[in-house]
Amino acid sequence: MTYQTLQSLAQNLAKGTCSSVEITQDYLNKINELNLSLNCFISVDPARSLAQAAQADQRRARGEAGPLTGIPLAHKDIFCAKDWLTTCGSKMLSNFVSPYDAHVVESLNAAGMVTLGKTNMDEFAMGSSNETSFFGVVHNPWDLNRVPGGSSGGSAAAVAAGLAPVATGTDTGGSIRQPAALTGICGLKPTYGTVSRYGMIAFASSLDQAGPMAHTAADLALLLNAMVGFDGRDSTSLERPYTDYTGQLTQPLKGLRIGLPKEFLAAGLAPEVEQAVAAAIAQYQQLGATIVDVTLPNMGLSVPVYYVLAPAEASSNLSRYDGVRYGHRAAEYVDLMDMYKRSRAEGFGAEVKRRILIGTYVLSHGYYDAYYIRAQKLRRLIAQDFVAAFALCDVIMGPTSPTTAFKLGEKSADPLQMYLSDIYTIGVNLAGLPGMSIPCGFDGQGLPVGLQIIGNYFDEARMLNVAHQLQQVSDWHLRAPTAGVRS
Amino acid sequence: MPNCDVKGRALMIPYPVLVFNGFCRSIMALTLDDVRRAAHLARIAVSDTEASAALAQLTQVFGMIEQMQAVDVSNIAPMSHAQDLVLRLRQDVVTETDQRQANQAVAPEVEHGLYLVPKVIE
Repeated sequence: MTYQTLQSLAQNLAKGTCSSVEITQDYLNKINELNLSLNCFISVDPARSLAQAAQADQRRARGEAGPLTGIPLAHKDIFCAKDWLTTCGSKMLSNFVSPYDAHVVESLNAAGMVTLGKTNMDEFAMGSSNETSFFGVVHNPWDLNRVPGGSSGGSAAAVAAGLAPVATGTDTGGSIRQPAALTGICGLKPTYGTVSRYGMIAFASSLDQAGPMAHTAADLALLLNAMVGFDGRDSTSLERPYTDYTGQLTQPLKGLRIGLPKEFLAAGLAPEVEQAVAAAIAQYQQLGATIVDVTLPNMGLSVPVYYVLAPAEASSNLSRYDGVRYGHRAAEYVDLMDMYKRSRAEGFGAEVKRRILIGTYVLSHGYYDAYYIRAQKLRRLIAQDFVAAFALCDVIMGPTSPTTAFKLGEKSADPLQMYLSDIYTIGVNLAGLPGMSIPCGFDGQGLPVGLQIIGNYFDEARMLNVAHQLQQVSDWHLRAPTAGVRS
Repeated sequence: MPNCDVKGRALMIPYPVLVFNGFCRSIMALTLDDVRRAAHLARIAVSDTEASAALAQLTQVFGMIEQMQAVDVSNIAPMSHAQDLVLRLRQDVVTETDQRQANQAVAPEVEHGLYLVPKVIE
């Protein structure tokens, strides 16, 4: 198994050594060959992809190509893409052909990128293993009996297995970073408000953020450049001066202060993950970084706070699925109320219903202050811990996930165990900070380990620099699965 | 050091670690009626079996959520947005064009440009 980076594909296209149609056909062939065993795509439409590739080649021939023109990518099926089936991993939207493009899709189309297909995901992005998808589990290309992580598990598996050079993902509580860690790729969740949420199917609106997934930090930077930008259609989109995220990649790291929160070394952290992360940090010290001890005393509260706020927001967001304007409608019902109730009971899976019930309960009369308002107050404490830590350091590092990829079915019967596996990623979403995961080693079973790099607000360019520099002196990101995809 | 493991490292969430102190206040245990009420409010049909299963799972989840009660939050302002920004207002002008046909193409049932639902008024 080998793969090509976005950067190398772009160079080949620019030199004219290959066309977008050729590259796209190549990826479509790989998808055709391997998607049956991985199940990472929900929809592919080769004719449409090839037509888009042909257009990209014509644009290049006219001398109008940009840096991403002709590069294929996969979109998480949470992004509305005009005339594409857009399911969000749910039976509720299993018949929904989007009448419009999400901002992210529109921007990447405008850059000349080619959509290879829509990737599988946990239903409505609620999950950490991709096992809640209506369209079946996604298999981890490193070991087909293991989960790829979630909720952007299809995007992660597709990139890891070389079925797409890059992909889009979304991250509400770790849904880009954790699957990136579990499949040995890179993923970045930008600062909240950086990428427009327009056309991105809503889960928890104060936490949801889109970001790139790729093999290298340099590829993340290139894709992020085209995803970011002010969009008046998202009320939380921020107006910021243009940043070239590739601009700082080559800066030396001398003087970089890395904050290590002691809370990241908690019980439950697998020793092999701890060792791989420690080795990466030692490598950073060799690159000139210094280590600073920091503390995030309220980090332990991030899981309970998240499991109040995210379900509360989800219960409100998902009230739009009523079987009236789009989505699943029950075949039989006696009246309007019955139609709502049956359509939603049939259209949503167990995990989504569970979170809607939690959210409805915590927002209901008599419990609002005890749960929802209290969780919002604790959210501030969690965010303040990060602000205090960033007064002492430039980036915070630790593991992305307490373990490497777990077995399919290992945690699916126990929602709480699944929720706790997001302990290292959730705080970043609550604070609205940018966070990323890059490969930093393997455990004894050959499963990848992810290093999490958390940056201060709007410091993505620096984080990408930090990640890129490690990738100049290590080759974890160059490893590709071989056994998994063949078995 | 009740909240540390043998190496003295902080124990974060090994459920059910509940740090009870003076601020702790127990919230009443969830009942089957609570589950049915929430399901009704959420407009989700649940059978008795489903409600019982949900009760067991939600009780477990709320056990974990209960950890929030251990912290004094009396002088903290709620944080509802990641950046504490004031939401922007847009110009009061028409920006949407007529997309009715495209939007209704995915509707379960339409007639003459209207969404059809069961009769609500006799």
